Amino acid sequence: MAQRFAFLFLLVAAGGVLLIGKADPKIFDRTRMVVTDTLAPILDALSRPIATGAAIVDEVQYLVNLRQENAALRSDNARLIQWHTAARNLAAENKRLRGLLQFVPEQASQFISARVIADSGGTFVRSMLVNAGRADGARKGLPVVVGEGLIGRIVDSGERSSRVLLVDDLNSRIPVVVGPDRERAVLAGDNSRRPKLIYLAANAQVQQGARIMTSGQGGVFPPGIPVGVVSSINANGVRVESFVAASDLEYVRIIDYGLAGVLERDRRDGTARGY
Amino acid sequence: MIKGTVWQRLDFVARNLTPLLVSLCLVIISVVPLRLPQISFIVPALALMAVYYWGLHRADLLPAPAIFFIGILQDILSGGAIGVNTLIFLAVYGVCVSQRRFFYGKSFLVVWWGFMVVTAGALALEWALMSVISETIIGPRPAYFKYLATIALYPVVAWMFTRIQRTLPVAE
Repeated sequence: MAQRFAFLFLLVAAGGVLLIGKADPKIFDRTRMVVTDTLAPILDALSRPIATGAAIVDEVQYLVNLRQENAALRSDNARLIQWHTAARNLAAENKRLRGLLQFVPEQASQFISARVIADSGGTFVRSMLVNAGRADGARKGLPVVVGEGLIGRIVDSGERSSRVLLVDDLNSRIPVVVGPDRERAVLAGDNSRRPKLIYLAANAQVQQGARIMTSGQGGVFPPGIPVGVVSSINANGVRVESFVAASDLEYVRIIDYGLAGVLERDRRDGTARGY
Repeated sequence: MIKGTVWQRLDFVARNLTPLLVSLCLVIISVVPLRLPQISFIVPALALMAVYYWGLHRADLLPAPAIFFIGILQDILSGGAIGVNTLIFLAVYGVCVSQRRFFYGKSFLVVWWGFMVVTAGALALEWALMSVISETIIGPRPAYFKYLATIALYPVVAWMFTRIQRTLPVAE
């Protein structure tokens, strides 16, 4: 009898916690970060041997694909040499034009490198923990990138760990520009592997393979960080292949551009928040 | 009751804590990144297996407050809304404890079948709760793959649990 009562009490308590968390997502932020900070060293230690194992699997795959890859790389190289010449010409031209305009260069940015120590798994939440916290200069709202481009932003920062909300999470909304025409849209995660573009103008011309970059609107992300490429266009909308799906996310970089974006301010309407 | 030297008593306590510690380990393992981009989307519900197994076989060693604690930890580490897994684990535990007479002495296949049914309910509940919380209808595909991964991996984890259970003191 007493046990049954205790069980019902706990069931109601769990429901209560859920409702309180929904009503005010900030209320558990502190608890969350204290617990993750405490467990961060354990997670860090555990993620290392797994990384080694994955590296061995990679190594074997490389050896198997070596011949094919070599051929592909040769043809890539030939193509890239042409691009290299084009890029040098453009860079020189850009420099002269900037000189003409007396263009003020963008603010210098700081990079914080971090290791991914936990991954939420991805069934209903797309986020991960990295081993850099406030002590390392990470703070809420900063964009997180891998070599190719943006993968998410920090939604919570503890002393030595931070939670990164990936671009394909349900709660992720990023203002972007699409393709050479710089059509404006918002990249919205929906928990599938490929996030979709919403609020795209009805007459926008978007082509498969078009590159997507942050637009800088809203002041959270600086403009011009690559986010992905358009992977499919159909009646249900435009889907984007992001860098999250393609990379193995072992190390990431957190960029501090010195922007005081909207996420810094304490907003409670939920749209710009992580949870 | 407990008799013997301090060490024997410590040993007894440690053995009795094993189900809880194993469950907590599974929670932590479930968030360690696998670094295999093709399959990292599908992570089996490891802690759910522990809740089901110990709820059926040794609920005395994993009481409801322990389940609450395991659920909260899972919610915190996975970064989702706090309370979702807590509620699901408690519900699964409640079902196990109330149905354990039915499963008593039955073959492993029956217990596995029970796990398939319970997990289907648990993941459907999780999907529904997450959809309500995020105020959108989430695509059910990831949940479906999680389901398959979870039931496929259950025999392996259950085999491990059985080995552990043999080392535990018998309930009074």
